[in-house]
Amino acid sequence: MSTDLNSRNTIEIDREEANFHYDVKYKHDAGMGLSEDTIDYIANVKGEEQWITDFRKKALGVFYKKKMPTHWASEDLNSINFDEIRYYLSAGEAPKRSWDDVPDEMKETFERLGIPEKERSFLAGVEAQFDSEAAYSNVKDAVAEQGVIFVNSSEGLAEHADIFRKWFGKVIPTGDNKFSALNSAVFSGGSFIYVPPGVKVKHPLQAYFRINSEQFGQFERTLIIVDEGAELTYMEGCTAPKFETTTLHSAVVELVAMKDAKIQYITVQNWSANVFNLVTKRGLAHENAEVRWIDCNIGSRLTMKYPGVVMKGAGARGEVISIALANDGQHQDTGAKMIHAADNTTSNVVSKSISVGEGRSTYRGQVHIPKHLKGCKNNTECDALLINSKSRTDTYPAITVRGNKHSTQHEASVSQVSEEQIFYMKQRGLSEAEAMSLSVNGFVNDLVREFPMEYSVELKRLIDLEMEGSVG
Amino acid sequence: MSTLEIKDLHASVNGTEILKGLSLSVPKGEVHAMMGPNGSGKSTLAKVMAGHQDYEVGSGDVFLDGKSLLEMDVDERSREGLFLAFQYPAEIPGVSNANFLRAARQARLPDGEEIDAVAFYQEMYDKMAKLGIDKKFTGRSVNEGFSGGEKKRNEVLQMMMLEPKYAVLDETDSGLDIDALKIVAQGVNAMRSEERGFLVITHYQRLLEHIVPDHVHVLNEGRIIRSGPKELALELEEKGYDWLKEGELVKS
Repeated sequence: MSTDLNSRNTIEIDREEANFHYDVKYKHDAGMGLSEDTIDYIANVKGEEQWITDFRKKALGVFYKKKMPTHWASEDLNSINFDEIRYYLSAGEAPKRSWDDVPDEMKETFERLGIPEKERSFLAGVEAQFDSEAAYSNVKDAVAEQGVIFVNSSEGLAEHADIFRKWFGKVIPTGDNKFSALNSAVFSGGSFIYVPPGVKVKHPLQAYFRINSEQFGQFERTLIIVDEGAELTYMEGCTAPKFETTTLHSAVVELVAMKDAKIQYITVQNWSANVFNLVTKRGLAHENAEVRWIDCNIGSRLTMKYPGVVMKGAGARGEVISIALANDGQHQDTGAKMIHAADNTTSNVVSKSISVGEGRSTYRGQVHIPKHLKGCKNNTECDALLINSKSRTDTYPAITVRGNKHSTQHEASVSQVSEEQIFYMKQRGLSEAEAMSLSVNGFVNDLVREFPMEYSVELKRLIDLEMEGSVG
Repeated sequence: MSTLEIKDLHASVNGTEILKGLSLSVPKGEVHAMMGPNGSGKSTLAKVMAGHQDYEVGSGDVFLDGKSLLEMDVDERSREGLFLAFQYPAEIPGVSNANFLRAARQARLPDGEEIDAVAFYQEMYDKMAKLGIDKKFTGRSVNEGFSGGEKKRNEVLQMMMLEPKYAVLDETDSGLDIDALKIVAQGVNAMRSEERGFLVITHYQRLLEHIVPDHVHVLNEGRIIRSGPKELALELEEKGYDWLKEGELVKS
């Protein structure tokens, strides 16, 4: 009975339940707007080394120089007012190792979102970020004893500078795009993980990113290094309350899989409809290594996210499996980047998007296989489901294959839930919303199975809630 | 009160009137057959009763045990006890038969009450066995890639699982070979009871050899032009629909 109760609690994260915030007294607030002073403020609060501050300032210059990518992306990006965003908010306390020490409002926030329960039931470690900094961070003893490091980015920089600095900004350079430059200038929080050679972390490590404040930007920076022959599954969840004003979430996530290593990175984001979610994610796979991105995008006003894998070593594998659900007033602009840079590398992209009402989904894919390589394979499948005639979907696949020693496969489909299907299901007694949910769940069913159990249940529930809200 | 009652029903599609004053009463415990030539309005009748949005009801009403169905949405009609076995059942990719049936059963429970999964599966397997359906079927997507016979069997399985008060079978015999027809008929016959009424819509007499009706009605140009005992079906088979149409002319 008690197990039942627990498992129920762990799945009860939905938009309404996540729609709350606390009035927190922040000790540190960088104030509205962005300038070199903002960077000095952050660097001072964090007590960072000079090279980091220099890195940030250089990035700020790049951010100013880069144009908003509206020539290919949504014009809606122009609605972001960078002067009306607060770039750093924190309570000024180090992350706690025990929930008992976490300040009340933050503890309650994460309890309402079911995080401590999840940690008890199936996680190897948790980091819970509240606005700019982690409120809680802990890894189970058994995992720590294996030499696994799981801390936030500031701690990682301070205490593990040798490993951190070696890979920081190497997978995603500052100038990759305007938002990676912004993140590089003002980053705070995010995870730093190092898994030593041969260590296979059995249970997932989880980070939870919570935006609590209005007119705020969250810029976490995650760097995960999994050494030779080691394995890791990392999961991230994200929510924010509904505010009238816009909120910005702009993360940079870099993964490094050394020879024979495996990384699986799972995201379930359920942003409220005022959030601009502009995230850069890329993994570097060395010889025979594998990087898998499993990505579920629900909510937000505009999401732009194209997880990538650079297959640098022979025999490396890259995979992106993504589900995007664009409801009324939302635009999910997602996709994948697969860069083959060695022989016999294999990539797989499976993307499914659902557009509901006036929701819009876009798939952008890039697959690059140069001429001098041999034995590379790519499979790309992108399927779109439209729920009514006002919704929109676009597909922009760019597959560049040079040379003739490769094999690629590309399939795309657009389907619609037809009136006849809905009529049939309703005739069996299902309400319109139930019928829609069932069709949508059916559409993504094969991908949902890729998520760990606890997440697939949560995902199904999130889809049900989205569909309920979308029907009269 | 224990009747499915159609009263002077007029219905049109795209501005063309198809049903022109159809009246019929199907009491519980009886099986009524509705026969008629192509274009007489048989399938329209089935769709209008179920509430398909393409059909507009001009006047008249349909009562299920005294309650007007026309006031209700499609799914309410179903939960009230009306089942339609489709002539062309829709395919629902990715949704397994088991999940679909489970959702349909769950929709009949009060809020907060959960279906007993073990009992549900046991019941489903028992009923599948009666229809000669393989166990693997539960994991397949609803009607996707099914043969004509499999689709019709699935319609009957759904009917058995949902135990409606009244079932309308729309051309359930079309596309079936004789073996499949017998299995489907067995399923329907097993469902016959004092608590349930059937309206069997068919073009051919063949099905009625296996599902023997209590009454036969002949539909022509949106109206019932003749009602009679089961022998009427045989007579139609012999003489064709023109025989009655001519009779109609003579009468008028």
